[in-house]
Amino acid sequence: MEYKISDEDIEVILNDIFEQHGYDFTDYSKASIKRRINWVYAVDKIPSFAELRYKLKHDTGYLKRFVEEITVNVTEMFRDPSFYQVLRKDVLPTLGTYPLIRIWHAGCSTGEEVYSMAILLKELNLYHKSLLYATDINPSVLERARKGLFPLAQMKQYSENYILSGGNREFSHYYSANYSMAKFDETLKEKMIFSTHNLVSDGSFNEFQLIMCRNVLIYFDTDLQARVFSLFDGSLEKLGYLALGSKETLNFSTIASKYKQLNKQKIWRKLL
Amino acid sequence: MEKTALIGLVVIGGSAGSLDIILNTVSFLRSKNCPPVIIVIHRKNSDDSSLADLLAGRTQLKLKEAGEKDRLKPDSVYLAPADYHLLVEKDHTLSLDFSEKVNYSRPSIDVTFQTAAEAFGEKCFCILLSGASADGAEGLQLVNKMKGITAVQDPSNAEVAFMPQQAIDRFQPDYIVDTTDPKALANLINSLTAK
Repeated sequence: MEYKISDEDIEVILNDIFEQHGYDFTDYSKASIKRRINWVYAVDKIPSFAELRYKLKHDTGYLKRFVEEITVNVTEMFRDPSFYQVLRKDVLPTLGTYPLIRIWHAGCSTGEEVYSMAILLKELNLYHKSLLYATDINPSVLERARKGLFPLAQMKQYSENYILSGGNREFSHYYSANYSMAKFDETLKEKMIFSTHNLVSDGSFNEFQLIMCRNVLIYFDTDLQARVFSLFDGSLEKLGYLALGSKETLNFSTIASKYKQLNKQKIWRKLL
Repeated sequence: MEKTALIGLVVIGGSAGSLDIILNTVSFLRSKNCPPVIIVIHRKNSDDSSLADLLAGRTQLKLKEAGEKDRLKPDSVYLAPADYHLLVEKDHTLSLDFSEKVNYSRPSIDVTFQTAAEAFGEKCFCILLSGASADGAEGLQLVNKMKGITAVQDPSNAEVAFMPQQAIDRFQPDYIVDTTDPKALANLINSLTAK
């Protein structure tokens, strides 16, 4: 689909959204945000750039949709099974020696990773002493995360991921089919706390032993990545863990010297 | 119409039946003063350092899996990682994107072609090879529209004709490459990128 909105107009829109609503997308990677803005513009059949600006300024319902669409909300349960295997065998058993385990899922989107974590903690018998803070910039995806309803069509893939990650139960035991959706067990939600949080503008709100932020930083430019790393550093206890997506790295960042990477995994442990 | 702008980026997109041509092509590319080459191949989303190894074993150029923020450099081949879209930025760095599949594909050839054209305009050379997917045709047309150079594998000697044919059905690419000669595509790239 051909782009109808120029780079200059993208800047105008991003500045409008920041000034009028406080969402700052100006430090997002340009190619991705341009592609998504052009996509929303086309599928919503907005007649002109001026019309788009007007709608974003005056129609808060539309602004909500727009923000949700230009941020990427694709996520999976047990994505990268080998990563979850290391959580199961190494990271979580270590954290299990603490009286209380605080985990922050930063940029959790619709919550698939939070539910994956809850399943791991249940199976390791650690869930009762854990707290899972799940945050995202979009209130609407958090609403979906809170419901714990995921497309039934995905369950085959998730079940395979779960088994590859070292799970040995029937994955279907964690949900019940509800028309085209899988409704996850209510008890998985007991220790989850959902809240909006904007990594670009909001500060630290607690200290954690594990921060999960996978496939979020790839959308940020280098400066914003550096700011978010320092936010994470300020929110992580000593000997705590930071987990990133399979193509993201803490190396080369200003906080790198305070961390040690776990073998080849995208997990870094904060040094004493 | 003669397009003479110096090529700054080559992007090769392929799906079913394209691997052999890609392997041959990277092995015959000029090893000095070759512009950056990006390769987007449809495949399963499993861990696949083996494909990068396979390519690395066939080329003198520096082969690496494309990472986010990587700066495009000459004499280097960048393989789009499995299960991410690969986008080209205007500052000639790369971005990865785990958004919805496009044409049932991630990486999508359309996404890389389009962002390459946005970033490099007429200095971009994009090639679409064998495949059973509709991916790539629209992106290639956009490259053409932005005055970049386009080539497709001749459908009559593609293992799966559908993908290059989709592009030809949309517009007239600059080159239709007869790949019965295993060196043909590399020769074309080498000749277009000679200084």
